Amino acid sequence: MNKTLVIMLTVCVFIAMIGSPLFAGGGKGEAVAKEPIKVGAIVAVTGGASWLGAPEAKTLEMLLEDTNAAGGIDGHPVELIVKDSQASAEKAVSFAKQLIEEEKVLAIIGPSTSGESMAIKDICQEGKTILLSCAAAETIVDPVASYVFKTPQKDSYAAIKIFQTMNVMHIKRIGVVVGNTGFGQGGKAQLEKYAPEHGIEIAIAEVYDSGATDLTGVLTKVKARNVEAVVNWSIVPAQSIVPKNMRQLGMNVPLFQSHGFGNIKYVEAAGEAAEGIIFPCGRLLVADVLPADHPQKDVLVSYKSEYESRYGEDVSTFGGHAYDAFIILKAAIEKAGSIETTAVRGAIESLQGVVGTAGIFNMSARDHNGLGLDSFEMLTVKDGKFVLLQ
Amino acid sequence: MYAIIAIGFNIIYNTTGIINFAQGEFLILGGMIGISLSSFLPLPVAIAAAVIVTMGVGALIDFLFIRWLKRPSVLRLIVITIGVSILIREAMLHIWDEKVRTLRYFSGTEISSVKILGAYISPQVLWVLGISAVIVAALSLFFRLTLVGRAMRACSDNRTAARLCGIRASRMVTFSFMLSAAIGALAGCAISPLTQTQYNMGASLAIKGFTVAILGGLGNSAAAVIAGLVLGLLEAFSIAVLPLAYIDAVSIAVLLVILFFRPSGLFGNREASALKEF
Amino acid sequence: MNPRLRKYIPILAVLLFVVIIQLIVSASGANYYLTQLTMSAYYSLVILGLCLLMGYAGQISLGHAGFFAIGGYTSAVLTTVNLMAYADSPAVKTLLRLGMVFERQDLYGHTLLSFSPWLAFIAALLITVAIALIIGVPVIRLRGHYLAMATLGFGLIIYRIVLGTGFLGEADGITGVPGFPLFGLEVSGALSRRISNYYIAWVLVLLAILLAMNLIQSRVGRALRSIHGSEEAARAMGIDTARYKLSTFVLSAVFAAVGGIFLTHYNGSIGPSEVTGMKSVRYVAIVAVGGMDNLWGALLMSMVLNFLSLRGYFGSYDDAVFAAILLVIMLFFPDGLLRASGLRNLAILREKAAALFRASKSRGAEND
Repeated sequence: MNKTLVIMLTVCVFIAMIGSPLFAGGGKGEAVAKEPIKVGAIVAVTGGASWLGAPEAKTLEMLLEDTNAAGGIDGHPVELIVKDSQASAEKAVSFAKQLIEEEKVLAIIGPSTSGESMAIKDICQEGKTILLSCAAAETIVDPVASYVFKTPQKDSYAAIKIFQTMNVMHIKRIGVVVGNTGFGQGGKAQLEKYAPEHGIEIAIAEVYDSGATDLTGVLTKVKARNVEAVVNWSIVPAQSIVPKNMRQLGMNVPLFQSHGFGNIKYVEAAGEAAEGIIFPCGRLLVADVLPADHPQKDVLVSYKSEYESRYGEDVSTFGGHAYDAFIILKAAIEKAGSIETTAVRGAIESLQGVVGTAGIFNMSARDHNGLGLDSFEMLTVKDGKFVLLQ
Repeated sequence: MYAIIAIGFNIIYNTTGIINFAQGEFLILGGMIGISLSSFLPLPVAIAAAVIVTMGVGALIDFLFIRWLKRPSVLRLIVITIGVSILIREAMLHIWDEKVRTLRYFSGTEISSVKILGAYISPQVLWVLGISAVIVAALSLFFRLTLVGRAMRACSDNRTAARLCGIRASRMVTFSFMLSAAIGALAGCAISPLTQTQYNMGASLAIKGFTVAILGGLGNSAAAVIAGLVLGLLEAFSIAVLPLAYIDAVSIAVLLVILFFRPSGLFGNREASALKEF
Repeated sequence: MNPRLRKYIPILAVLLFVVIIQLIVSASGANYYLTQLTMSAYYSLVILGLCLLMGYAGQISLGHAGFFAIGGYTSAVLTTVNLMAYADSPAVKTLLRLGMVFERQDLYGHTLLSFSPWLAFIAALLITVAIALIIGVPVIRLRGHYLAMATLGFGLIIYRIVLGTGFLGEADGITGVPGFPLFGLEVSGALSRRISNYYIAWVLVLLAILLAMNLIQSRVGRALRSIHGSEEAARAMGIDTARYKLSTFVLSAVFAAVGGIFLTHYNGSIGPSEVTGMKSVRYVAIVAVGGMDNLWGALLMSMVLNFLSLRGYFGSYDDAVFAAILLVIMLFFPDGLLRASGLRNLAILREKAAALFRASKSRGAEND
């Protein structure tokens, strides 16, 4: 076996792979009653954002099975193609193009992170494919691109909710610490923007490395400024480390966190230090204690119990974003009565009162997120569990 | 804390001339195993078990990848250990999934705090320091007094001479891997309550450890401890001065500066730092 | 045939394959494959440069993704910065007149004022060369694992800088990068331009190979090979090893940067995920698989592996696959798959397996 032969073989295999559509083609065999709906999903199942993508992927699989068992959407069976982007923007780009041009999907759910979403926003817009992003950045829907929507709540509402609570608690002077991810920086920007109008003074604002394992240095700086509360806007693992460090430093002021705190595991990781943390969140985590007549109660309870019994792990709000994306798509298809892209897109924009995990969606041509301030509830941690803040 | 990782590097380096990039993974692996076991075993037993299992992994690495290579170049070995570290990381991902976990605190809880010289620290920090000190002391005794320890030192000084004396060099290599793995696992369990454990933390730990090892002079464990303190102080200092996002860059910059200007580190001597033959 | 022209045959062969592939793909309506093929081609530029560095100059670099990022980010920043706010300042007006800055419309109808892509290109290359020189001078003096750690550290510092700096987009990277106008065509991800982009990428790759081949067969190449063989001997012969190693380092950095620049324009974005340690390790893995000093092997492996990876073939095991490949190659085929020693090792393995088999059979026979 000589060198040239190996090269020739590899090249031939390559060409065969590429040329296969030429020979594949033809009919699919059995005729289906109605055309299957192809939906793509780009999620960061592994890699740096896996705490977002893994629950999202599981939620989508769960919903897919349930939907198809119930006969599909409007009678069409649903086909879901999940791609693991590992939180890498160039993979997201490559997969997006694949899904749009090759698989010709009706819509793409995801990506999990803001960076990836922004990278494929233009691609989806030009490719006239609906994008239902599960990432939080405001820029995804502002400026509005007609095909691009997002399901997580607005960061600005989270900030406003926090400030409103602080007003009730008579807190005026705070310290802000954020992680150096887009999420953290975005949060910092929102906090700084809305603080003055709520009469809150930000005495100190620091950005730390999101992978840091010990934040006593930063917190010592904050402590020195005599603040009445601390706001931490970050992702895992910092959100569990900050409360621990604070207690170890003897800082007993209230700690507010962002809506990224939405998983009971973070509470467990922080142990006793998590008592009393206050943060805005969708109502998913306190589904059980909602009053029975709350419009979201049924959806939340059924999602929570199904997810937890199926996967044996606690539900998180991030999986909820994928849930919302899916049901929005479903509702739009049913409303439009067709699976033609422009019709479905228009239907999404006209959706009102869709009950999701993050809140109740009211879309419009100018608001491609559809959630308002009331989608947030202030939660706190008591005895190691999430409860509503009184 | 970084010193422990650096010592792990040093041990393997001393006996084999290899830099083991998978050292960071040993810490995380030990931590993960300890966490899984601690849910149904008492804590000290879980930790001991974690150490033993990781030692086994260390030996396995040597057997599978290193032992039977014939006169490999240093380059090849580095690349191999990098590959191994990635494989271990991916394996941990698929065995334990992506969540962040923590081990219980050895004493006290998350909020207990001890006031020492005006600074508040968690008792777990004392545990870490204590364990590090014990490890360093035990190692120096080991290398000086026991037969195996002395054999390892003989290997590192001069391989051929050691072989002539009847010391099986390849066995020493295996042993050094096991020892490094054990130290790594113990350290991983000790720091888990403080820093939490996630499958992909191994790489950054390894880099910091390597920085400390080089800073102290590769192969010099006592100096590594001092270097560890130096790096820690440097980081604490830079938190006060620089925008926090760049802190990690600081330790890497330190690494580069040392490598460029004084590869033998603060305490090593020039000849000793010339690359060892495998 | 004129012997000097013979060396161009492989290039023509590749060109032929490239065209054939495109024709097959278009005929079968599978034009979407071109996307991943084009992206892989740009990554191959990085790999070719790395191949020169690792195979011929004998220097490992675990941080080459850093140069890719320097090129890509510089170009992205300059072409997306919006100077509209300063539109009335004299400086901007001069730039406008010189054609260095120009207006363009983005998807949402906003008018932006940014630097022209050509200017960004030149600036990116200049910055890359500068940094490569600054880093290169101390780096080439290092050997073995010090060299590996230093290059790894370099890549990581770039990663940290990109991750922590506001105008570099931090964790989200930079998006909305416009196309790059090139002699009437344009490097961008637009669907209509897929075929032309495919060819542009390949032309660049073939140019790079031409350049590399000429380099290898020139005096410089021979000097490099002697350095790789034995540095002391080379120095004894009066070759300025430092200079040659440095120029190879800078050249490979430029290759990487060009790949970065064009891929950024093609994708319309760049993010910190392009410059992680894993990316650099991947590049090294591919060069190793193809044979450290085998340009064609590197190109082939780069196309195959990057293509599969970009199509999601390896799914969640992407990193593990590359690590496994790296390990297998390093253990069994240290000189690459396509080389004699590699194939010999394969033969040795086969022999060993056969011997084991025979031994077990005979032992089995004894035990009866």
